[in-house]
Amino acid sequence: MTYPEPASRKRLLRVKLNGRWREDAVAENQLLVDYLREVAGLTGTKTGCDGGECGACTVLADSEPVPSCLTLALRCEGRSIETIEGLTMQGQLHPLQRTFHEKLGTQCGFCTPGMIMAAEALLRRNSRPSEEDIKAALSGNLCRCTGYVKIIESVQAAAEMTP
Amino acid sequence: MTAIDGERPKRRGVPLIDGIEKVTGRARYTADLDHANALVGRIFRSPVSHGEIRRLDVTKARELDGVIAVVTGADCPHSYGVLPVAMNEYPLARERVRYRGEPVAAVAAIDAATAQRALDLIEFEVRELPAYYSSAAARADDAVLLHSDKLGNVEREVHHTFGDVAAGFGAADLVREFRISCAEVNHAQIEPHAVLAAFDPATQHLTVQSVTQVGYYLQLMLGRCLNMDLSRIRVIKPFVGGGFGARVEVLNFEIIAALLARAAAGTVVMQLTREENFLTHRARPQTDVMLKLGMRRNGQITACACEVVQRGGAYAGYGIITILYAGALLQGIYAVPALKYDGYRIYANLPPCGAMRGHGSVDVRHAFECALDRMARELGLDPFAVRRVNLLHAPTVTMNGLMVNSCGLSECLDRVEQASNWRARIGRLPPGKGLGIACSHYVSGAAKPIHWTGEPHAAVNLKVDFDGGITAFTGAADIGQGSSTMVAIAVSETLGVSLDRVRVVAGDSAITPKDNGAYSSRITFMVGNAAIDAARHLKAILVEAAARKLEAKPEDIECVGEQFSVGSGSQASLPFADVVKAALVGGGVINVKGTFTCPPEAQGGKHRGGAVGSTMGFSYAAQVVEVTVDEATGAIAVDRVWSALDCGHAINPLAVEGQIQGSVWMGMGQALSEETRYLDGLPAHASLLEYRVPTIAESPPIDVQIVESHDPNGPFGAKEASEGALAGFPPALVNAVANAIGIDFDELPVTPDRVVQALVERRRRVRVGALQRQAP
Repeated sequence: MTYPEPASRKRLLRVKLNGRWREDAVAENQLLVDYLREVAGLTGTKTGCDGGECGACTVLADSEPVPSCLTLALRCEGRSIETIEGLTMQGQLHPLQRTFHEKLGTQCGFCTPGMIMAAEALLRRNSRPSEEDIKAALSGNLCRCTGYVKIIESVQAAAEMTP
Repeated sequence: MTAIDGERPKRRGVPLIDGIEKVTGRARYTADLDHANALVGRIFRSPVSHGEIRRLDVTKARELDGVIAVVTGADCPHSYGVLPVAMNEYPLARERVRYRGEPVAAVAAIDAATAQRALDLIEFEVRELPAYYSSAAARADDAVLLHSDKLGNVEREVHHTFGDVAAGFGAADLVREFRISCAEVNHAQIEPHAVLAAFDPATQHLTVQSVTQVGYYLQLMLGRCLNMDLSRIRVIKPFVGGGFGARVEVLNFEIIAALLARAAAGTVVMQLTREENFLTHRARPQTDVMLKLGMRRNGQITACACEVVQRGGAYAGYGIITILYAGALLQGIYAVPALKYDGYRIYANLPPCGAMRGHGSVDVRHAFECALDRMARELGLDPFAVRRVNLLHAPTVTMNGLMVNSCGLSECLDRVEQASNWRARIGRLPPGKGLGIACSHYVSGAAKPIHWTGEPHAAVNLKVDFDGGITAFTGAADIGQGSSTMVAIAVSETLGVSLDRVRVVAGDSAITPKDNGAYSSRITFMVGNAAIDAARHLKAILVEAAARKLEAKPEDIECVGEQFSVGSGSQASLPFADVVKAALVGGGVINVKGTFTCPPEAQGGKHRGGAVGSTMGFSYAAQVVEVTVDEATGAIAVDRVWSALDCGHAINPLAVEGQIQGSVWMGMGQALSEETRYLDGLPAHASLLEYRVPTIAESPPIDVQIVESHDPNGPFGAKEASEGALAGFPPALVNAVANAIGIDFDELPVTPDRVVQALVERRRRVRVGALQRQAP
């Protein structure tokens, strides 16, 4: 039995990651989530399923929420990618991080980075979301701990903190 | 009975002490641990449901460049399992495979692609045997036995009778029998299984970091399966992304990764796919319940007969406990004067079932609470009245020997009745809308541990040194439920120091005392009590030192707000740091230990299996569910839930609220949409798209009322809060649907298909009835 050579041909990826430009040699078939976790060392972005099922890997690409497990890293050439690690500015918690912490929008915490990034995308385009807006924006992000009640409260509280 | 302590203001609770790590992405879960130089482990799984292994040839896999180790069943002749009496499983199948997806061999390679190619090179031949996917098929007279010592493929039969059942039914004004069936469900915790196993050939030491809820059991089973001295094994629990029972027994991949690490003389990382998570399973079994109740006109239960059949999957796991729980927890919530229970745990050619939130109690509670409503309706009784007339009154001991020391269920009922405005709304709702009520309960830890060693049920160590910081060491596995935060609160409140002075180190066998693990909701009750005990010992030492410094008697020393003073209002006082310095003089660093043990009288009845269900404290819950049923589509929308739970005392009200909401919601998933489905043993549900857990879009507001009955033995009076509310949701929902559209559903989940089918059948019955009446 013969096998094709592994698809290890690499190309240079230039990407703005959490506000800083960087360049990495990336395999053509590397997924964004694996690039973030294994190349950039940003393990805050999680893999919770076999592809596009749970939303735990949600990151922002030019402020739009994308499932990084269904996105090729090389498709992010020249784009701005933001992860949970990028939300903390100079050690200060982002309003969503603060409210998810204080209102227990996080229990086991595994869905939390993706949930917060999806919520951040919502708040950037709609700073005063209704409960229905929040539900629509987060409906692709599964949480198994909270029953979502405190997640909604956390997003609402974060929205109120933003002027 | 249930007022919050008078002297304390209403407490809101505190965020989790490890919450900031979670919201910043800094928290390291097992898959996040540095594994840059680790080998990648992959499992070869059985492609058939049942068969004798004729040939397993891994030569070509082993010869592939980049493959460092291959292991098969021949590398581990030691069985494992969570119950000492039922260890009938091997990490890698030997001689026979019993379910599709059962691990057969495993490889460790330099990368995932190489490992995957190696799996494709494994040659596997099986002589297929008949396979059974339902309890009935497995129990057929001519069925091949999955395990030769278990006739009829019955893993365990339980037959318990308490009281005079015949007389009880004879005294009833109404006797009804119900057959209710509940689908198999899965934990579906969001973090997939993962393990990092490192074997050091120089020292012969093994370190395993895993997603476990039971690090101690993992260490025991690693020692058994790898035939290693336990002292050479270290088990560490990193952050764990949810459990719900998925990880309360040692799982095959944990042992397989360790076998690979030893064979490769290195470090192996193994990350299971979501599909493999479903194959690993260990969740709530498909269950058929036959429930017969006798009732007086006033709703009082006179007798209960219940038969439970659980389709347990291919191996024992927790099965014996599950089938015992199902019978034992028919009691402990209502006064049932006579009870007959017959339970059957069946082997079938499917992934093994195990423990899942509300272990053993959920499906029988569902049947019981549906039966109460249906019989009350027939008797013209109110659903609240039928429950109130049967309430237990604490303290009491049930017929099967369960101690009930505190019970706030009566107040739970009052609270949800008021909060939901039940009286004003029931019977006056628009068409398609309905309200339903149900109650439930759960143990605060099993009073008799699985591994009976004579040791305390829990131990906590505290260390204080020159810096004035207090470190609590606990083996208790925080899996997101907030147990480390609970330990910190228990220590800080007992000592009267601020919460951020306490640091918690948890779940590392090299550092923390042994703990049985995060299951049966034991941690708050047992570890909480041990933490308080440790803090009291520490306090005594500090008070002694303060007394010496202040030249007073220890009994006159008070510690409030980190100040030690002689009596209240006294001028003479010392800050905490100075007291610690005084206490260190002579002896240096202070280490104290606290323990907790459940006394023998709490450990259940003397009958066989009587220890299962026994606990020091039951939580109690009531909930009202409001639904809207769309008769066109069959879709059920849950509009709102009102839930009340008696947790004895809420050590952290914020976390208690979160646990109640989470458990109620998990019950909703089981009630409405969650179901594992197999096609000839092949999971048809093995992704989070096919296995339908509710999204945020269909999840309702969940109003929480915390009832505090102050258990005499609980830490600060506390009992469990994480499981008790789950079992009430499915029956409350089914009762609400009956209220909305007048149809009783006997099967879970109540999917739109089932609703539509029931509506169509009813329309047909009505039509046929009308035609028959018209006929001359």
